[in-house]
Amino acid sequence: MQHRYIPMTETDRDEMMKTIGVASIDELFADIPEKVRFKGEYNIKKAKSETSLTKELSKLASKNADARTYASFLGAGVYDHYKPIIVDHVISRSEFYTAYTPYQPEISQGELQAIFEFQTMICELTGMDLANSSMYDGGTALAEAGTLAAGHTRRKKLIVSETVNPESRDVVLSYASGQYIEVVTVPQKDGVTDMAMLEELMDEDTAAVLVQYPNFFGQIEDIRKIGEIAHAKGGLFVVSSNPLALGILTPPGKLGADITVGDAQPFGIPEAFGGPHCGYFAVTKKLMRKVPGRLVGETTDDEGRRGYVLTLQAREQHIRRDKATSNICSNQALNALAASVAMTALGKIGAQEIAYQNIVKTRYAKDAFEKAGFEVKFNGSHFNEIVVDCKRSVKEVNTKLFTKGIIGGYDLGLTYPEFTNHALIAVTEQRTKEEIDALVQEMEALHA
Amino acid sequence: MHKDNQALIFELTREGRIGYSLPELDVPELDLSSLLPKGIVREEVAELPEVSELDIMRHYTALSNRNHGIDSGFYPLGSCTMKYNPKINESVARYPGFANIHPLQDESTVQGALEVMYDLQEHLVEITGMDEVTLQPAAGAHGEWTALMMIRAFHEANGDFNRTKVLVPDSAHGTNPASATVAGFDTVTVKSGEDGLVDLEDLKKHVGEDTAALMLTNPNTLGLFEEEILEMAAIVHGAGGKLYYDGANLNAVMSKARPGDMGFDAVHLNLHKTFTGPHGGGGPGSGPVGVKKDLIPFLPKPVLVKKEDVYTFEYDLPQSIGRVKPFYGNFGIYLRAYTYIRSMGPDGLKAVTEYAVLNANYMMRRLEPYFDLPYNRHCKHEFVLSGRRQKKLGVRTLDMAKRLLDFGYHPPTIYFPLNVEEGMMIEPTETESKETLDAFCDALIQIAQEVEENPEIVQNAPHTTVINRLDETKAARQPVLRYIKG
Repeated sequence: MQHRYIPMTETDRDEMMKTIGVASIDELFADIPEKVRFKGEYNIKKAKSETSLTKELSKLASKNADARTYASFLGAGVYDHYKPIIVDHVISRSEFYTAYTPYQPEISQGELQAIFEFQTMICELTGMDLANSSMYDGGTALAEAGTLAAGHTRRKKLIVSETVNPESRDVVLSYASGQYIEVVTVPQKDGVTDMAMLEELMDEDTAAVLVQYPNFFGQIEDIRKIGEIAHAKGGLFVVSSNPLALGILTPPGKLGADITVGDAQPFGIPEAFGGPHCGYFAVTKKLMRKVPGRLVGETTDDEGRRGYVLTLQAREQHIRRDKATSNICSNQALNALAASVAMTALGKIGAQEIAYQNIVKTRYAKDAFEKAGFEVKFNGSHFNEIVVDCKRSVKEVNTKLFTKGIIGGYDLGLTYPEFTNHALIAVTEQRTKEEIDALVQEMEALHA
Repeated sequence: MHKDNQALIFELTREGRIGYSLPELDVPELDLSSLLPKGIVREEVAELPEVSELDIMRHYTALSNRNHGIDSGFYPLGSCTMKYNPKINESVARYPGFANIHPLQDESTVQGALEVMYDLQEHLVEITGMDEVTLQPAAGAHGEWTALMMIRAFHEANGDFNRTKVLVPDSAHGTNPASATVAGFDTVTVKSGEDGLVDLEDLKKHVGEDTAALMLTNPNTLGLFEEEILEMAAIVHGAGGKLYYDGANLNAVMSKARPGDMGFDAVHLNLHKTFTGPHGGGGPGSGPVGVKKDLIPFLPKPVLVKKEDVYTFEYDLPQSIGRVKPFYGNFGIYLRAYTYIRSMGPDGLKAVTEYAVLNANYMMRRLEPYFDLPYNRHCKHEFVLSGRRQKKLGVRTLDMAKRLLDFGYHPPTIYFPLNVEEGMMIEPTETESKETLDAFCDALIQIAQEVEENPEIVQNAPHTTVINRLDETKAARQPVLRYIKG
């Protein structure tokens, strides 16, 4: 058969077989024992031409309700934000996307420098000393922060706040169980970590306290105090943070965090049904040699030219093998590049402005809901999410909203039974006043 | 600063320049101090770049010109399967109905995405010969860990808490032992014999009541098929252990042998290798895991099911190992893999493997007279040469790899697997033409001649790249991991 991805002609094949000294390609597979040899062809769908396959797949895509057609108020860890159009143009340069991990620095300076710039931007936003080249996502980054802390402190317990994203908490649990680490949850109170309970639970067996900032309910907690509680007993302080919020919020590095992780998805990365996104991992200097994944460092060549290489590789799995503390190798390089381009496009001024827009638009929504008679939970400060009491099933509300072109908020009752009938509503800069008003009106109409 | 330094984006910054266009703010402006308490607003602004849109595009275009991808030229990096990344995949992944959907939307609003996932799972079940597949793991290493956690859960569910050891051959990828460690196991190394294959006697010596699993790549990293696979499976299964298949090298055996038929209980696939998800300069990848029946109860949450043509996620799985990743894996990457599989069809995938293997054997035979070939038999999709002949002349494999850069090629994987001295692991893939294979062989043959006649040119290579060899010791001893305004 001839296929557009396989260039060999019959003449090529015959010449090559002659060089090898075989009469058929089958001879090259003679070492596969008869008993395990697969005969014939896979029972899968027949090949389709470019035209008919794109037709089929675009039809499937159009079965999905997307955030360009609908006004989406879903957040809960994944957000519809402004994606500078330039981002896709940069990451579509195939010198980037068809490259492997930059193992040959002389012909990978582009990727290496881009990662070095990414590491710098993450440090700037988080206020940490150094950052790695990326992790799979915010959830696994948080989990690896927990296992790092356990290894570093030689303690076998983690305390995780109930105000951390429930999906991320589940991932922390899975990773921790891999290494026989106990995970204790400190409950929420009024939408923030219950400090009294935390002080009670914190002890000298605790490797770290893990919190989220802004937290899962959109609240901005007083994390400085949490860090002090963790440190008082010799534990590490781990903060999972939406980096977009850090355009305005005091960075975790200034509030005592030893490790700051999160997901850079809000910076130019499509929701893509949950992945691929882009975890980041930043630490203080004292943890430099414990960081999982790849680090890019600056150096020079023999003529004094500045260049970049993968460095401190003695930490990594391919060198340490069974002594490794993390097994990550492929990470999310292309998405780190996308996030870098978005952070660059927003820049120093835009990063503040976008965070500001999220805060004021969310405030506008909060006021509008309250004016319409809804209870908006919790008194603390919000970033871009609020919890609204719908007084009826969120699923029912969302089904109605959908018919009006609106994707409603996250059904909090699914993960917090005490908040049954409550929706977690995200209002990013992408939502217009008109859309927010429509959301409130439609929910009010249901209420009446 | 050196005149040839490539500027960092931070060095292009000019105060007041912007590169964004945010939505109009259509709600009343409010003073931040009225919204946030004191101490919450940052005092020092994050020093992100201040550049125009054209500055950004020129900067990254300049960086891309300093980067080698598959589209730039041949990339025979062993065990990485650097094949052509079809452009249709890129288009499909950007359809708004795939790119702009939220993972927490009501299932009724994402049936198209779920249908893709379900159909891909079915395809991968057939390709691997396993009983069920999860798409959740984000990369190969993540898949290894996921499967090992399932194997651990399986043993523990049988009340078997003493299976603490995972056996790994000495030729294995470095991730195998690392994954075993983070899944809570101790690793035991199994030796390879003279023929490069697992030494059955050594395996028997190590297998026992404490064996949780054997991790194996087949063909192995030398590109050799483990012919005694059924015997190995019998040994491991006989002792109550499980067999794990590292699917990094699946390009070698599609339509020829399936892990499920070889006796494997779990397998991970690197969709960014065999199934053309681009490598992206180091990810994102996608590492689905396939399992046999007795491991199904332990699959990570959630599991996708189809009920009367409606797709839905199931979360109530009491024996599941839990969540390994938020949401459902790297959808955007496995969507590309799905597009590829549908572009190839059954006969296409068969041809992929046949030509991948033909190409590797052809190169091996062309290069054999000039380099040591430690394992002289038909290879599968890759082969390993040794540079020990050249080393005797004072030229290391690293030098030859660097010299290849002057010819416009990405070098092979070097110094791997660990059981070959001065190893050079070459994987051409099926998407390269005979002319490309010949030109690369000619270059490597010329380098072998240079080693004999003019070794300095090889020892001092590369000569034509934007930068010479970099001082890696300096990078590690005095780490500079971020830009600081100077």
